[in-house]
Amino acid sequence: MQMTGAQIIMECLVREGVDLVFGIPGGSTLPFYDTFQHYPQVRHILVKHEQSAAHAADAYARVTGKVGVCCATSGPGATNLVTGIANAWMDSVPMVAITGQVVTWLIGRDGFQEADITGISLPITKANWLVLGAEDMAQTMREAFHIARSGRPGPVLIDVPRDVFIQEAEFEYPETVDLPGFKPTLEGHPAQIKKAAQLIAEAERPLILAGHGVRISKAYDELRELAETAQIPVITTLLGISSFPGSHPLCMGMPGMHGMYWNNIAINEADLLIALGMRFDDRVTGALKEFAPHARVIHVDIDPAEIGKNVRPTVPIVGDLKRVLAALNPHVKAKSHDPWLAHLRQLREEHPSIDIPENDDLLPQYVIKKIYELSGGKGYVVTDVGQHQMWAAQYYWSDTPNGFISPGGLGPMGFGVPAAMGVQFAHPKELVWAICGDGGFQMTMQELSVMVEHEIPVKIAIVNNSYLGMVRQWQTMFYGDRRFATREFSPDYVKLAEAFGMAGLRVTDKAQVEGTILRALAHPGPVLIDFQVEPEECVYPMVPPGAALSQTLERPQPAARPAASREEVTARR
Amino acid sequence: MKATRHTIVALVENKPGVLNRIVSKWRQRGFNIESLAVGHSEVPGLSRMTFVLGGPASDVEQVTKQLYKVVDIVKISDLPEDEIVTRELALMKVNASDQNRGAIIEIVDIFHGEIVDASPETVVVEITGTEDKIDAAFEMLRPHGIREMARTGRVAVTRGHAISAVEEEGAAGHRYRPAGQGKPRVGSLL
Repeated sequence: MQMTGAQIIMECLVREGVDLVFGIPGGSTLPFYDTFQHYPQVRHILVKHEQSAAHAADAYARVTGKVGVCCATSGPGATNLVTGIANAWMDSVPMVAITGQVVTWLIGRDGFQEADITGISLPITKANWLVLGAEDMAQTMREAFHIARSGRPGPVLIDVPRDVFIQEAEFEYPETVDLPGFKPTLEGHPAQIKKAAQLIAEAERPLILAGHGVRISKAYDELRELAETAQIPVITTLLGISSFPGSHPLCMGMPGMHGMYWNNIAINEADLLIALGMRFDDRVTGALKEFAPHARVIHVDIDPAEIGKNVRPTVPIVGDLKRVLAALNPHVKAKSHDPWLAHLRQLREEHPSIDIPENDDLLPQYVIKKIYELSGGKGYVVTDVGQHQMWAAQYYWSDTPNGFISPGGLGPMGFGVPAAMGVQFAHPKELVWAICGDGGFQMTMQELSVMVEHEIPVKIAIVNNSYLGMVRQWQTMFYGDRRFATREFSPDYVKLAEAFGMAGLRVTDKAQVEGTILRALAHPGPVLIDFQVEPEECVYPMVPPGAALSQTLERPQPAARPAASREEVTARR
Repeated sequence: MKATRHTIVALVENKPGVLNRIVSKWRQRGFNIESLAVGHSEVPGLSRMTFVLGGPASDVEQVTKQLYKVVDIVKISDLPEDEIVTRELALMKVNASDQNRGAIIEIVDIFHGEIVDASPETVVVEITGTEDKIDAAFEMLRPHGIREMARTGRVAVTRGHAISAVEEEGAAGHRYRPAGQGKPRVGSLL
């Protein structure tokens, strides 16, 4: 059947099961947008900035397991996507970005709104295409979705010149894809799996390090079975949070730079690390040379390039985590590690990393802990980047599988608001919290208007400390407390929320926290809460950059920090 | 616009990323690179890259001009087919038993090639010449079974006294010339 390039894209989107596209139209994509009216099953959400389109599609993909789709016009539209694509790349999120391009005869001639986006996005996509004829469109779309979702997922980009959207070609949907250079390994090697089971049987002080891969391959049940059968404590990396129930007695929380003290010491003492779908990021390992000095390592990952990249494993297994664990679990014998578990319990009691000081200050940790308690650990939590992100990781022990959404690898401030929007579009009936700092919130706050327009009931908590808090913390700790360019000016967030047409609440006192959160939870529409927290708080524990996990710093005793009076706090604002 | 074959020679600073910039420009414009050969030039520190690609002449000229702006490209030119000497080298691993080895040697002789390695089951044949000659040798050897072939891609120099290499003043003058001075020498190197 003869169809235009734009129609072919739509037909392919429908066949790939895409029901939601985030984007902004423009000159080059007009012919594409002109076809949306004929495909009501593909809903388009007009965002306010292309970066938000990419972040929203990214978060949508993270919580649905489907491929997220965003689109933008040529030139500035396409370049605005770049941060969002890079974020999806770092966090292995399946995403298809469709960009318009100037007409074929203007390419490379500095046409209006031209940017070489296939060149620009080359290092942050699994693959990208400049489609020069409508006859290539169907094959390209098919391959794009296949590559984005298969193996280790990631973003791809399809660049379409305006005339190719209009060009007609015979449409036939390719049923199969044959890419000789792209054959991900899914099944783990049986001999390696047996070796892994052997190591688990021999271990006395084992730990599981659960990463994003558990969530991507939906290996929740398999992970739980492994942990419970062999009684192995589960440490969840930043992106591994919500791969294992936070309220489970074996759940240990986060390791690494701002991880729990007990976890960093445990890794230092462990004799076996079972690393599942995680990549030994520098924020997890600290100084590599001194990482887990006594441990043998089983490393399971779908990406062979991750094996041995940072930590050399004793038993490497390449494969899809769900399948590998399903094959491994029958070989794992029931065990109890009572002395080890007792030791860890004692560590936790002696070094309670996340106890919150009992005083009248409105502490950010307290705010997040209350959000967690009052939400019952349920629902979806989306973070931005910075101090509040680490506090959310420390205090929100999510029980919802896949319920904790945080941009870990790239760390792009501004992720929180559009990503929460993407999550809520995917799960309209679920509770979605966006926990943001005042810095990151102000980078993408224009999307509030999309939330109001579509009645997206996200609950936004701004942990407002009037600083780019994490940078300020580093200035305090490592730059002699010389604060420069970190004081953050904020508008009146309550008025701002009201200007957008959503509810705005302000909390300036500890006593108001519970009531305000409950009001927000009871409100049917989107709510913004401005928590004006104690500005001088630092995130602890902390492994100083370049130091080993064994050198984790704990929160200084209260005497070390002169308590700021309320007047001083007010004055600092 | 008719697509034609072009031999582009670039003299570049031997630094990381130069090849990437050139290739990226061809990619953006949709040119497919048929062959690419890189090696040292007569000037220490300068590499010589020879590209063979297909595309409309006007487009190739325009991209070549854009590439001339790349800081690490000392000179780049589109060499006319009828004014250059070109060579390519191919190594072919051919199935050879006692029955057909003689026949293979005969073919190799016709093409003034050489047998550079032999085993009980194979020989490795080296052929040097134009692409046409290598294609012809390939066709002749194919019935015997070619297990592997590696071709270097075309290298080229201009005929006679004309040079496509660096001129005295050009080498020093190009990179730091003030903006607007010195007109692009694309296509005018001969």
